[in-house]
Amino acid sequence: MNSRLKKLTKCQSFWPLMVLLAILLVNGVVSGGAFFQMRIVDGHLYGRLIDILRNGSKLMLLATGMTMVLATGGTDISVGSVMAISGAIACSVVDGRILSSLGGSVTAAVLIAVLAGVLCGAWNGLLVSKIKIQPIVATMILMVAGRGIAQLITDGKIVTVNSDAYYFINGGYILGLPFPLFIVGFFVLLIMLFTKKTAFGLFVESTGCNPVSSRFAGINVDRVKLVIYTFCGAMAAIAGLIESAGIKGADCNNAGLMIEMDAILAVAIGGTSLAGGRFSIPASIVGALIIQSITTSVYAMGVAPEVTQVVKALIVVAICLAQSKKFKAAVAARLTSRKAVSAA
Amino acid sequence: MDAEKLLLRMEHISKRFPAVVALDDVEFSLRAGEIHALLGENGAGKSTLIKVLTGVEQRDSGTVWLEGKEIFPRTPQEAQETGISTVYQEVNLCPNLSVAENIYIGREPRRAGRIDWKTINRKAAELLGRFNLNIDVTQNLDAYSVAVQQMVAIARAVDISARVLILDEPTSSLTAVEVQKLFEIMRMLKSQGMGIIFVTHFLDQVYEVTDTITVLRNGEYVGTYATAELPRVQLVGKMIGKEYAELEGSAAAKGGEERMGEVLVELRGAGSASIPDVNLEIRRGEVLGLSGLLGSGRSETARLIFGVDRMERGEVDVRGRKTEVRGTLAAIRSGFAFCPENRKTEGIVGDLTIRENIVLALQTKRGMLRAISRAEAEKIADEYIEKLAIKTPSQDQLIRNLSGGNQQKVILARWLATNPDLLMLDEPTRGIDIGTKAEIQKIVIQLAEEGMALIFISSEIDEMLRCCNRMAVLRDKVKVAELSGEEISEAAIMNLIAGGAQNEQPA
Repeated sequence: MNSRLKKLTKCQSFWPLMVLLAILLVNGVVSGGAFFQMRIVDGHLYGRLIDILRNGSKLMLLATGMTMVLATGGTDISVGSVMAISGAIACSVVDGRILSSLGGSVTAAVLIAVLAGVLCGAWNGLLVSKIKIQPIVATMILMVAGRGIAQLITDGKIVTVNSDAYYFINGGYILGLPFPLFIVGFFVLLIMLFTKKTAFGLFVESTGCNPVSSRFAGINVDRVKLVIYTFCGAMAAIAGLIESAGIKGADCNNAGLMIEMDAILAVAIGGTSLAGGRFSIPASIVGALIIQSITTSVYAMGVAPEVTQVVKALIVVAICLAQSKKFKAAVAARLTSRKAVSAA
Repeated sequence: MDAEKLLLRMEHISKRFPAVVALDDVEFSLRAGEIHALLGENGAGKSTLIKVLTGVEQRDSGTVWLEGKEIFPRTPQEAQETGISTVYQEVNLCPNLSVAENIYIGREPRRAGRIDWKTINRKAAELLGRFNLNIDVTQNLDAYSVAVQQMVAIARAVDISARVLILDEPTSSLTAVEVQKLFEIMRMLKSQGMGIIFVTHFLDQVYEVTDTITVLRNGEYVGTYATAELPRVQLVGKMIGKEYAELEGSAAAKGGEERMGEVLVELRGAGSASIPDVNLEIRRGEVLGLSGLLGSGRSETARLIFGVDRMERGEVDVRGRKTEVRGTLAAIRSGFAFCPENRKTEGIVGDLTIRENIVLALQTKRGMLRAISRAEAEKIADEYIEKLAIKTPSQDQLIRNLSGGNQQKVILARWLATNPDLLMLDEPTRGIDIGTKAEIQKIVIQLAEEGMALIFISSEIDEMLRCCNRMAVLRDKVKVAELSGEEISEAAIMNLIAGGAQNEQPA
């Protein structure tokens, strides 16, 4: 039993999961149980928890892509801008502003937007792997230029769409659960199967730990990176679709603004090292949910909007401390020495 | 022992790591004016003992006295303040700062709150002058050879605190002349009453410069001996815990001509950016040695064959067919394998387990989509851990935690698992203890006997003589001769390597 428990606590997603549960529990107590209440209206589930899952879906998708990028020892700070591009393209197509010959087909809009995300990701990957630009600089190019590109597509305007089919991407329900959850579930399962059932996961971890040794062992390090940045771009594009479907339009200036930091933070809270190497996608998903539930609960607790960011920051500091091995060891040493004193 | 001259005394030192007992009740004493060799195989506990002494790790139990006062250094800085300085194998100074800055970094003399550059440069030059090193101290450190950098590191260490100096494998990357210079400095410091702990793998150097030897084995204290009274064979016996004679008989490679088979790889005028023109034939069943000084083109040849460096000209035939080796993966799929020279940076993937490190190349050879199952990986790992006698508590251990020799065996296992036709080993035994060295040499010869083609690169001529049945001698990136059978001798090789280079004085 004891060894089982030990094995469980060693699992990368264990501590993040505990933190998540703690946050939810605190919320539940503070709200007097209202936090956990769920209502069924028209066969659809409503409630705070459902909100967190739905609103967190973008972050979960981004965190999935970002986990892989960080595992190779890189980073991608362009995901927010890619979201803006994808939203701009999809809304413009649905609205018939561009490619009007498609007749505002939602399917075509989604496909083209995702393709754009793939191209953005491939561009990042090319800069990082072939041209060997440092990842943060390489992706900064698209981070800065991306919103400009999005503006070009929408002609500098906020494009609103009027399409129930497009709204479904964010607001739809299947079997009583919000549609974005199914998107997240599909991609998370897909990528986890891919990393576990093929050797791709091993190659990614090896590349992140030591790219030179990996190359000597026959891993095509450049190609691994290219694939991963491309995947990350695709995830960002899908997140951009959910975002724009949520606000029913494309706002190039604000879509996904600063969300790249939340995505990186989600991975960090999940315990994947930003220096590359071992990674865990489930842990990052939990990390994304932690961030989303902090955001939701800070609002729910009625914290003044001016200070929400500060409160969020304090909670994140606490989480990071709770995860730090050094900090835990120091606290443990303190406690045992005090115990020893009181025993004596 | 003369108690008042005892500079440093360590008693009952124990240190445990999660999976291993690194030190078990070890003792060590150092007198003023003594050069004391700390010897043992890889994993014997030398590094851990040094780390405990210098505050990198904290001891679990035991006592350390420095000049009669008990000390417990928690950080290298603390150790330095009490008078213990260390110079490591890899010079850990800042190559992009000037020599003078490196010597005074963190303790710069100041005037009126500002760093006093004049004094720094003058004092640095004076200090190095005492070591007979007259160089421009305002130049960046990386403008100088590794040897000079090492001298600078020693000068800095001595200047900071001059009671105990630890030299951890300082000679690994030095030429013979530079080693002599280092020894002069060691003797000078010794005459000034400093105690020096000298960690090395080179037994010649132990006998040349040290007064006393302490041997550790498997984390345990074996004994302390006067160097002059301990014959070399006995020393080796104590280090490896068996008789040296067993090793001597183990390897005799000469006269393997009859087993040499067909030509496996032939290079005609092949060249990369780092080596212009390679003409070489490698046959099945032979160990082909590449001899030459560092930078003579030995590693460059291997890197070219393995597709690490892009081939820019010339032709390669593999199994009689013209082949283009594009990149390492293509090389692996052609049946090549390569243990590179820099184990840490090019060989191991430190944060992965032994098992993952072993199956890595086999996995790339098979392709990403055909994943090796956990069960199969475990079987392969177990097989090679047993076959190569890799010392580890489990295959789940991170390779980072293994000693150098065992890491090398894991890398060897990685390549053997791909079942290669050509295995290239670049300095496979550097920084590895004698026992493992002999084991690796034995494996090399055995593999050749089984029909594998091997390329063997080593700076140690003894080892080359023992393993190779044919030898290509390189000088300044050009093959100057090929020797085989009776022609291979130390004198012949030395002459070929030295030929033409004799007029050049090392800088």
